[in-house]
Amino acid sequence: MKNLRPALWLAIALGTAGCGPVEPWVKPYERERLADPIMSWDRDPVSASYMKHVYESREGSRGAMGGAGGGCGCN
Amino acid sequence: MRRHALLALSCCAALSAPAQAGVLAEDRADVMYHLYDGGGVEIDGPSMLVRKKFAEKYAVSANYYVDLVSSASIDVVTTASPYKEERKEYSLGGEYLRGKSIYTVGFTNSKENDYEANAASVSISQDMFGDLTTLQLSFSRGWDQVFRRGDDTFEDRLDRRVYGADLTQVATKSLILGLSWETVTEEGFLNNPYRSVRYLDPEAASGYSYQAEVYPRTRTGNALAVRGRHFLPWRAAAQAEYRWYSDSWGVLGHTVELSYTQPYGARWVFDARYRWYTQDGADFYSDLFPREDFQNFLARDKELATMTSQTIGIGASYELRLPGMDFLEKTTVNFRYDYMLFDYDDFRDLRVTGVPPGTEPFYDFSANVVQLFFSGWF
Repeated sequence: MKNLRPALWLAIALGTAGCGPVEPWVKPYERERLADPIMSWDRDPVSASYMKHVYESREGSRGAMGGAGGGCGCN
Repeated sequence: MRRHALLALSCCAALSAPAQAGVLAEDRADVMYHLYDGGGVEIDGPSMLVRKKFAEKYAVSANYYVDLVSSASIDVVTTASPYKEERKEYSLGGEYLRGKSIYTVGFTNSKENDYEANAASVSISQDMFGDLTTLQLSFSRGWDQVFRRGDDTFEDRLDRRVYGADLTQVATKSLILGLSWETVTEEGFLNNPYRSVRYLDPEAASGYSYQAEVYPRTRTGNALAVRGRHFLPWRAAAQAEYRWYSDSWGVLGHTVELSYTQPYGARWVFDARYRWYTQDGADFYSDLFPREDFQNFLARDKELATMTSQTIGIGASYELRLPGMDFLEKTTVNFRYDYMLFDYDDFRDLRVTGVPPGTEPFYDFSANVVQLFFSGWF
């Protein structure tokens, strides 16, 4: 059991490290490129929705065709 | 009767703007003309999408979409008569922004002369970890009614549930990553009431005869996609995506998509893309069964065959300045063209006659897809 103690402490230390506040590694003022409209997954929703419809009408696979969220926090 | 058409819409794709959580998408209206022409099928019509914010906390959206279908597809040519039909679809959506969360509800109704579909959806999107991560969870429920033209006694139903999770992660100042998972479960009448399978029949002059398709009444599919979009130093963007799909019918699909976006000057944006898709067919699919009622479930729908499709597309967007339209902050006119190729590994071209059954050439076809739309931000 004694031999396991350092490993146990290490596991606890690593496990609790994730509970602290996360420091964003890309700061809000560094997100100019991500906020550019050309970085949208689907720049034109009416077109993206139509192409999903075209594919799903002719293929056996369904789902997971869209990217939701952008996460740039640029508001 | 185009069941798959409704699935994408039940996920409220038309209404979910690709916005980040924590901010509602811009006020915007789009008016589109779309055309699909390939494999003897021509489908065109309009689509209109409007989104409007109120007090920066609420947003509503509405979509009207029409498919005008004129079909003389290979299925129709070999086993039925060419037909025309119309499908109309209405969608409404609402969004509420609270802190870093966006709550969304939506409803879609779609009608054609032999099919009616209704779907309701809810989702929540949350920014977290210093706004570097956005998680969206969604659920939609669909209720469809299936009819058969020329047979007033036939009516059946189809229930659908779609569970989804999307994760978007800012990786660097120039790279954004996405992970999407979606499970679709369906129960009810899943086949096309007009389609047939063929089986060997020595009594028939052609060597084969037809009987109606028989599908299981349940289907569950899972899809997982990973994607990345990178900003390039000369102001351009490149995207790569892979999607895996598997379902309880034995369909296994892989999709790879690459795209590139290049602005030019202050007013132009150009796009280019390539998409490759392949699938293994359903367990109960066969181009030619050895005899009538060979097994419990029988399918000869080419969407369930082993096949590959490729799409290559280009797009251009031009920002207009319209005189007398001062209420519009920005207006664009957009054109997209996609060329699609479909190759089937076990679906044969029955227009070729005079050869022994099962030796006809494999079917393939190409399609042209055109979109022309105007977008206005107000």
